Amino acid sequence: MMITSWNRYPLVSHTNVLDAVHRHESLPITSGPLLAFGSGRSYGDVCLNEGGVLLRTRRMDRFIAFDESTGVLVCESGVLLADILDLVVPQGWFLPVTPGTRFVTVGGAIANDVHGKNHHIQGNFGHHVRKFELLRSDGERKLCCPDKNIDWFRATIGGLGLTGLITWVELQLLPIINPFMITESKRFHSLDDFWELSAEAESQWPYTVAWIDCTATGKRQGRGILMLGQHAPAQADLPTWKERPRRFPVDPPFSLVNTLSVRAFNLLYYNKPIKKGLALTHYKPYFYPLDGMLEWNRMYGRKGFFQYQCVLPPEASQEGIRDLLNIIANSGSGSFLAVLKTFGSKISQGMLSFPRPGATLALDFPNQGKRTLRLLNELDAVVREAGGALYPAKDARMPSELFRSAYPLWEQFSTFIDPQFSSSFWRRVKE
Amino acid sequence: MKRFIIFGATSAIACACARLWVAQGHSLFLVGRDRAKLENQLADLRVRASPGQYLDSMSANLNDLEQHESIFSRAEAVLGGVDVVFIAHGTLPDQKACELSVGQTMDEIQTNALSVISLLTLAANRFEAQGSGVIAAISSVAGDRGRQSNYVYGAAKGMVTIFLQGLRNRLAKKGVAVVSIKPGFVDTPMTVQFDKKGLLWVQPETIAQGIVKAVEQRRNAVYLPGVWRWIMLVIRHIPEAIFKRLSL
Ligand SMILES: Cc1cc2nc3c(=O)[nH]c(=O)nc-3n(C[C@H](O)[C@H](O)[C@H](O)COP(=O)(O)OP(=O)(O)OC[C@H]3O[C@@H](n4cnc5c(N)ncnc54)[C@H](O)[C@@H]3O)c2cc1C
Repeated sequence: MMITSWNRYPLVSHTNVLDAVHRHESLPITSGPLLAFGSGRSYGDVCLNEGGVLLRTRRMDRFIAFDESTGVLVCESGVLLADILDLVVPQGWFLPVTPGTRFVTVGGAIANDVHGKNHHIQGNFGHHVRKFELLRSDGERKLCCPDKNIDWFRATIGGLGLTGLITWVELQLLPIINPFMITESKRFHSLDDFWELSAEAESQWPYTVAWIDCTATGKRQGRGILMLGQHAPAQADLPTWKERPRRFPVDPPFSLVNTLSVRAFNLLYYNKPIKKGLALTHYKPYFYPLDGMLEWNRMYGRKGFFQYQCVLPPEASQEGIRDLLNIIANSGSGSFLAVLKTFGSKISQGMLSFPRPGATLALDFPNQGKRTLRLLNELDAVVREAGGALYPAKDARMPSELFRSAYPLWEQFSTFIDPQFSSSFWRRVKE
Repeated sequence: MKRFIIFGATSAIACACARLWVAQGHSLFLVGRDRAKLENQLADLRVRASPGQYLDSMSANLNDLEQHESIFSRAEAVLGGVDVVFIAHGTLPDQKACELSVGQTMDEIQTNALSVISLLTLAANRFEAQGSGVIAAISSVAGDRGRQSNYVYGAAKGMVTIFLQGLRNRLAKKGVAVVSIKPGFVDTPMTVQFDKKGLLWVQPETIAQGIVKAVEQRRNAVYLPGVWRWIMLVIRHIPEAIFKRLSL
């Protein structure tokens, strides 16, 4: 059975793929290493386990309890964020933190300690986890929360699935009034403009993110569109909105993403007409623009693609982002839209959590073999020099030395790994 | 709003159906073997339901036919009557093992056919008396023709299919609908040991949508997904002289 992560690279084979269905049952006994697999929305190999066994969690998808007066939700770890939203939005609640796709499981969101457009206010997903149960291969069930088994709590949040199986989770949700967002888009013409605009916006808006044109050079470098949002207050007249999902129709043998299409797309995107002033937007297109096109990852062809997401500390952000964009523009191998955002100062809970103060840049590159790997190595040099980090959830190739320097708690973390668990990612960065 | 009894409620297909029925506002009484699984399922449905919906469960081994009458009475008592009976329990026998063991073959027939027929009989008499209701049961495409690879299962399902046809004929004039559901290959825990690469494998959620629709429309017999109607049409019409040489 072929199982891949979202970027379809690397292609690895597993000796077995099993389903976890009931949370009260014990873990399967396997000869090789085991790893939980949620929705496979990671890019790279944190959710892969070459030569070992994957334990899919999507069938473990039951709600356990929901208190609509306090917004405390308890559910199994295979529940999708999309299922949670469908349940709680009509009752006036929202996920306090959400990544750019809602098709991820709660377990996967914890294991990668995912972040969203509101990091500067709400921190990571892990900040809103009240407790969870961790099932270990020796059969022990650990209840983890900030006042019980705190070390296990901190190891498992952002723990890349290595500490055992998260069976159920208790979350604190965020109150909202309706499914709509007040949004505003602002075009900026250079990186300098971005820094200024984004600092100002973050003091006023809970959600901010910028999409930039990574093909622009010179004075225009870093130009893009800043997208701001907040949950809408009560209104008498809500617009109607209906989702019409599309599916990327074909599996092209080669990538449709190339220098030409990327340039054209970025030019169009940067120049797209944007509405002046405030707009009322449904939360789905606002938070999940890519979910509107199912299976868009097919666009990159059979060889798949790489995502590259780094964070650079505040003092090195401005220069570092400039250097990264220079390297990308020179390489000619651009990304459709790059995402640029600043992280706030909330300290991550997890020992291996990615978010930390500074600026984060994320890009997609079609896999063109050696050429792409060379480019990514060049980007690594900038990240290393700046004292930054790469995001394991979106990595298929970072050198182990970069991982270790960026995640200094990795050794302490290692003592919490379940002896039966491992992943392709972990074996790679530990080497 | 309708009141449902679901037998084999924790099976993957029934689970998916139950979620859809709860979302439509119906009340459900779940019957399954494993108490812990039932309770987890009930909690999930309670989170999804509105306060006005009634949800309850009872664990029972359906091979114990003696219990069937009391399950019905209990469900009727707590729901205040029943409008739909959905029978979804079953096991997938190990054909090779059955060939070597009469006991195992009989056990499989008991679970997949006789226990179902007992429940169908009780449901039919009740609904006939009340002059309304829908009875739906999961049979299988495997019941359409005996094949070497799973004829124990196929024979049990075939018995259910014919029994349902008879009931439908008997109850048609009495305001009671009888729906036969014939799924093809479904990706559930029951079929873990199969390699599911083929295009014909579908998720239980897809089958559930078809079932909910068929119950609503009081259909007669539905193949799920629909292509199986045509596949089975061909399979049923291959002459026996040829069929017996095929390794299907
Ligand atoms: C379009 C798109 C946009 C994205 N945007 C963002 C973003 O804005 N911010 C962000 O942070 N990320 C983002 N991501 C990445 C995504 O949020 C993470 O990779 C997420 O963790 C994926 O969850 P999953 O359920 O698919 O888990 P998988 O990818 O299947 O697994 C991820 C990790 O979780 C572990 N795991 C899964 N379930 C369990 C469990 N029950 N117990 C223990 N470990 C478990 C796995 O072992 C693995 O290590 C995006 C991804 C896509 C495709």
